[in-house]
Amino acid sequence: MAYLELCDVDFSYSNGFEALHHVSMRFEMGEAVAIIGQNGAGKTTVVKLMNGLLKPSRGQVLVDGVTTKQQRTSQVAAKVGYVFQNPDDQIFQDTIGKEIAYGLVKKKVEKSAVKAKVAAAARLCGLEDEMETHPYDLPFSRRKFVTIASALVMDPKVLILDEPTAGQDAPSTRLLADIIQGVMASGKTVITITHDMEFVTKEFSRGIVMAKKHVLMDAPIAEIFENDEVLEEAHLKRPYIAQLARSYGIRGVLTDEELLRAM
Amino acid sequence: MVAISLEHVTYRYPLGTGDALDDISFHIGQGEVYALIGGNGSGKTTVCNIIRGFIPQFYKGTLTGSVMVNDKPVSEYDDAELTQIVGYSFQNPFTQMSGVKDNVREEIGYALENLGLPREDIGRRVDAMIELLDLQEMADQNPLELSGGQRQRVAIAAVLVTDPQIVILDEPTSQLDPQSTEDIFNIIKLLKNQGKTIVLVEHKIDLVAEYCDYALLLEEGRVAMGGPIRDVLTDPKVMDHGGQLPQVARFFIDRNTKLGLCDPIPLTVQEAVEFKTGRGN
Repeated sequence: MAYLELCDVDFSYSNGFEALHHVSMRFEMGEAVAIIGQNGAGKTTVVKLMNGLLKPSRGQVLVDGVTTKQQRTSQVAAKVGYVFQNPDDQIFQDTIGKEIAYGLVKKKVEKSAVKAKVAAAARLCGLEDEMETHPYDLPFSRRKFVTIASALVMDPKVLILDEPTAGQDAPSTRLLADIIQGVMASGKTVITITHDMEFVTKEFSRGIVMAKKHVLMDAPIAEIFENDEVLEEAHLKRPYIAQLARSYGIRGVLTDEELLRAM
Repeated sequence: MVAISLEHVTYRYPLGTGDALDDISFHIGQGEVYALIGGNGSGKTTVCNIIRGFIPQFYKGTLTGSVMVNDKPVSEYDDAELTQIVGYSFQNPFTQMSGVKDNVREEIGYALENLGLPREDIGRRVDAMIELLDLQEMADQNPLELSGGQRQRVAIAAVLVTDPQIVILDEPTSQLDPQSTEDIFNIIKLLKNQGKTIVLVEHKIDLVAEYCDYALLLEEGRVAMGGPIRDVLTDPKVMDHGGQLPQVARFFIDRNTKLGLCDPIPLTVQEAVEFKTGRGN
């Protein structure tokens, strides 16, 4: 059975705006899945349904076999961790150490365990030397890692990252990739919303393309980038190397190595 | 004409332990699209704040060296005058809405209201921006209800509406999907055709390669590399200084190395095709 499942879900915001219509998707443990599509396609709404921040207007969201409607957001969030698109929607402590520790302290985890867990999460996110720093003394791009550490420290089964690549430089993008690989390697699932098609190609095997409130395609990444119709409808672009390959009449190529061999 | 010049600019933030910028010099000619690139924390936004005069006006600290806009020291402008010459779109799209306007149309017109323009002029110019940035659908929405990507486009409209000669765009596409990102770069091209000078902070290096004339690569507050876009972005040394190469350039550099070739390095997909046809293969 899938660990996380959306069954024919509709969602409308309180102002009547319908953000999702007939959406179904399922996730097993140990997957890395990228959700891609235009701004406004419904990507953030979908992931907020997964961790119980939003409850469906119609249909079911099942986490570990239980509908989110019957659980408090905090219960769902313990299993499905969500890192907001805007770190400032989430950060409220005055040092990075306290910010990362907050969830554990609230859960009344023993002090020495908190310290060890926080140190481990901070190290994964490149923040080990910033524990006493005020979160707002770091640039926006690194504040995002503070929120990722805060989610990692709670050890959820599923980790959701909402546009973690936005505004990141090359070393930070590599750090993100390492974090995602690490979480996957421990048998957990990572679901990531991103606009960076190179990142999608390198780090994910499965993609979900969303457009206009619904799922357009759910398939291996390589298949998505071969489907002209879907790419056009979702206003997506192929990675540059795939574009280059196609300009030479070579199809089915996503990486440098593949293109080098094919040329 | 030189639109912007920095000579031996060094700056330390108040309470800063080291120099945020260390002996930075560069010139931007009128009508050029100039990219500031480099890792997070390398000093790109600080440079923008200095050009716009926010440093040292709002952020104190120690600033030395010469900063000129249109051949006049920035310190000799009054702020209203500089605002009209230099438009600035901030990095964080979540904090740039004024918070005092309840719809997108008024948000975009806010600066013009402050300049005391007649109502009908404001309406006309706001409509033109709504059209340019394709904001029709959200024109009557509250700016604070918009997504990150939508706010980013509204913020750019609110800057361009005053028709500044110099436009600073600090990561204008960080929250945008690929299509909207390309739309912003097309607007940059349009602004260039209107003779405007553009300073662009951007991580999407493949698009920088396609649309910018010059690049300055900063590393830890110093100029690591700088020059015409082709010279900078076909040089593998970029990667030693916290920068990135465009995918296409990187591919051909690797290919030359692996196959022992010295083919010219294209910057974009289109150039790669042109080079190939040009070589007659």
